[in-house]
Amino acid sequence: MTHELATLEKQVADLRAKLEGIERRVPSNKLSMVVFSGDLDRALAAFIIATGAVAMGMDVVMFFTFWATPILRDPAKKVEDKDFMGKMFGTMLPKGACSVKLSKMNMGGLGTAMMKNLMKQKNVASLDQMIALAGELGVQIYVCELSMELMGFKREEMIQYPAMDFCGVAKFLEEAMDSRIQLFI
Amino acid sequence: MSEAIHADKVMDLKGLPCPMPVVKVSKGIKEVAVGQILEAQTTDPGSLTDFPAWARTSGNEIVETIQENGIIRIFIRRKV
Repeated sequence: MTHELATLEKQVADLRAKLEGIERRVPSNKLSMVVFSGDLDRALAAFIIATGAVAMGMDVVMFFTFWATPILRDPAKKVEDKDFMGKMFGTMLPKGACSVKLSKMNMGGLGTAMMKNLMKQKNVASLDQMIALAGELGVQIYVCELSMELMGFKREEMIQYPAMDFCGVAKFLEEAMDSRIQLFI
Repeated sequence: MSEAIHADKVMDLKGLPCPMPVVKVSKGIKEVAVGQILEAQTTDPGSLTDFPAWARTSGNEIVETIQENGIIRIFIRRKV
C-alpha cells in the first residue's frame, strides 16, 4: 500500500514537472513586431496594429531596425560629433516621424503632403501622434544597436519615449519566442 | 432615439477612425464597474466588426448594437 502511494506520488511529481515544461513553452499574450521600413504608410500601419493590440489586452514590443530607425529621431535635437558617413546618413535620411515619406505616390513630396492633409481632414492620427499614443499605452520600443552604429545615429538625437531601449537580435528573438504574434513590417 | 438599455457611461467617439474607437473603449471600460454598461457612439463602420472582436478577446459582452442616422451605438457590459 505504501509502495503504491510512493509510486503515485512519483507519477504526480513527474506530471507536474512536465506541465511546468509545457507552460514555459506557451507564448505570452504578446505581439512582437520588427519595424524595418522607413515608409510613412508602413510605419502608420505598424503603430495602428500596436495600439490596437494593446486595446485587445496584449503586451506589445516593437523593434526598430534599418530604415525605420530614423523615424524615431527628434528633429529638434542636434548632434555635433559625427564622422563624415554619419553626417551623410543624418542628412539624407528622414529626421523624425514628420519627414517620413509614402512608399507609393510620393511624387516628390506632393503625394505625401496630400495624404497628410487628407488624414487631418478625416481625423486620422498622424505618425507622431501615434508614437505618442503608443508610449502612453505602454508599448515597448527597442532600437537596433547595429542600425544606430551603421547609420551613425546617436542616442541623444532620438525622441523622448517612455519605454525605449537599444538592443541586438537576441533580445528580439527572446521576445518573439515568447509572443503569440510576430510581424515584420 | 430608442432608450432600451440604460448606460452607466457614454463615450462619444464620433468622427474617430481606426484604431481610436477600440483604443479608447479599452480604457473607458475600466471606468465602469463590473456588470455596468458602457455605451460607445461611433461613426466608424469598422466598429461593427471591431467591437465584437474586441469584446470576445477582452472577455466583455456586447449587449446591443443600434444604428441610427449614421451613428452606431454599441452597448458593452463590463464582465472582467
